[in-house]
Amino acid sequence: MKILRIAAIGILLLGSILALVPMIWLILATFRANDRVFSEVFTVTKPTLANYTDLFTTVPFFQFLANSTFLACTAVCLQVFFSSLAGFALAKYDFQGKKLVMGIMLATVLIPGQLTLAPSYDLLYRMHLVDTYQGLLIPGAVSVFGIFLFRQSMVRIPDELLQAGRIDGCSEFGLYWNVVLPVSRPMIGAFSLMTFMATWNSFLWPQIMLHSKLKYTLPIALAQMVGLYQQQYGMLMAGTLVAVLPVIVLFLLLQKEFVAGLTAGAVKG
Amino acid sequence: MTPRRSYRVGGGAAPYIFVAPFVLLFLVFSVYPIVQSFRLAFYATSGPQDWSPVGLRNFAFLLQDPDFHKAVTNTVTYTIATVLLQLPLSLGLALLLSQKWLKGQNLFRLIFFSPHLLGQVFVGVLFAVLFQPKYGLVNHAYAAITMNPANITTKWLGDPATVMPALVLTSLWMYVGFNMIYFLAALQGVDQELHEAALVDGAGTLARFRAVTLPAIWPVCQFVLVTSTMGSLQLFELPYLLLGNTSGPDNAGLTIVMYLYQNGFASGDLGYASAVGWTLAVGMLVISLAQLRMSGGVGKE
Repeated sequence: MKILRIAAIGILLLGSILALVPMIWLILATFRANDRVFSEVFTVTKPTLANYTDLFTTVPFFQFLANSTFLACTAVCLQVFFSSLAGFALAKYDFQGKKLVMGIMLATVLIPGQLTLAPSYDLLYRMHLVDTYQGLLIPGAVSVFGIFLFRQSMVRIPDELLQAGRIDGCSEFGLYWNVVLPVSRPMIGAFSLMTFMATWNSFLWPQIMLHSKLKYTLPIALAQMVGLYQQQYGMLMAGTLVAVLPVIVLFLLLQKEFVAGLTAGAVKG
Repeated sequence: MTPRRSYRVGGGAAPYIFVAPFVLLFLVFSVYPIVQSFRLAFYATSGPQDWSPVGLRNFAFLLQDPDFHKAVTNTVTYTIATVLLQLPLSLGLALLLSQKWLKGQNLFRLIFFSPHLLGQVFVGVLFAVLFQPKYGLVNHAYAAITMNPANITTKWLGDPATVMPALVLTSLWMYVGFNMIYFLAALQGVDQELHEAALVDGAGTLARFRAVTLPAIWPVCQFVLVTSTMGSLQLFELPYLLLGNTSGPDNAGLTIVMYLYQNGFASGDLGYASAVGWTLAVGMLVISLAQLRMSGGVGKE
C-alpha cells in the first residue's frame, strides 16, 4: 500500500514537472540575450530586458495588447448581457415559440464553426464590416453555449423570489437586473472567463476578418512575427509571455467559478 | 420538486424582448450563413461579387485532390492518436488526484490544467522554439532519455516523419490536464456507499473500478470522447503556428481546417471553402453519432 502511494505521488510530481517546465523555460528565455537563448537551459547568467524593449519598439506590441484587451472585454460584456438575458427568458417564462428557439439552438450546436466562415465573411463584406471590430463583435454578441449555461443555472432560482419582486413593484427587466443577475454571479464569473479566453486566443476568424496591421490582435500579430522575425527567439518568447500573462492572472482570480462552470455542462447536462 | 402552485407567469412582452436580440443575431449571423453555405458550396467564387455555378465540381475536385487526402489522413491520425493517448492519461491522473489520502489536490489540479490557459496559438509559438533542432528543450530531454548525445540535433519539425509525433506530444501537454478536470468532477459524484459495499463484498480495486466507478462516470467519458474528437478534427492553429505558418515539410502538418483556410481564403474561393466546410461537418456528425451509439452500447452493460 505504502509503495503504491509513493508511486502515485511520484507520477503526480513527474506530471507537474512536465506541465510546468515549458513555462519555466519560457520565462527564463525571455531574460536571456537573443544569441544566448539556447546556450543555457534553466539558468540565466546575464539577465537582460533587451527582448522586452525589442518587443515594444520593433512592433507596435502595445497596440496589439490594447486591441486584444478591448476586444476581449467588450465581447465578455456583450455575451454575458445578451446570453444571460435570453437564458433568463428561457428559464423562467413560458412563451410562444420557446420550444422552437430551443430546438434551433440545439440543432446548430453540432454544426462546426468552420462551415460558416465563408458565408459569414461574404455577409459581413456586404455589410461593409470586414476589417472592423464591429464585424468581430456583433455576430459574436450572443453564444448558444452561454444561453444554455445561464438557463441551466437560472432554472434553479425559486419562482417565489421572482414573484416577491413583482409584488414589490419590480419590472420584468428590474427582476433580471436586481434579482436574477446578483444570484447568478458564480456563473457570470465562469462564463466571463471562458469568453475572455476564447476571444483572447481566437485566431482563424480575426485572421480572416482583420486586414489592417494596427487592428491586429495578439495571436495574429504573433503569428506574423513568427514569419518576420524567425531568428529573434528572445523577442518571440517575450511576446508569448506578455500575451498569455493576462489570461493566467484572470484565471487565478476566477479559478473556482471557472472549474464549476466548465464542468456544469458535462456533469449535470 | 416543482411546486404544485406555479408562480411562473407569461410576463407579457418581456420574454420576447429578452430573447429578441439573440434571435435576431442568431438568424442573421448563424442560421442565414448555414443556409448560404449550402448554396455557396455549388459555386466557384473569386471575391464576393463574382459567383459562377459549378454544380458538384467543388466536391468532385475535393475528393480527388491529393492535398485533401493528405489533410484527412493527417487529421484522422492526429485524432486517433490524441484520443487514445489523452483520455487514459486524463482519467488516470484524475483517479490519482481523487484518492482521499492525497494532500494538495487543488495545487496539482491547477498545475495540470495550467498549460491549457495558453491557447493553441501561443502554445504553437512556444513549442516551435522548444522543438528547435539545435539545443532546444525537447532535444535536451530526448538526448538524455535515449542516452544518445547525437539526438540533441533531432529535426522534429523539419522531418515529415516526426512532425506528427511532435504535434501529438504538444497536444498532450495542452489537453491532458484540461480533460482531467471533467473526469475529476465526475469522480466526485461517484456513490461512496456503493464503493464501500463492494469493498465489504471483497471486490478488488480493478473489480470496483469496473463495477462501480466506470458506470457512474460513463456519461462524462462519452462527453469527453465526443468533444475531444470534435476538437481534434477541427485542428488548425496548433500545427499552423508550430510549423511557422506553413503546413510543414511534405504537408506533414496539413489538417482539414488548414486546407480549408489555404484553399478557400488565401485564394478567395468562398465556394470551395464552403464545400470543404460541409464535408468536414458531415464527417464530424457521422463520427460523433457513431461514437455515441457505440459507447452507449458499452455503457448499458
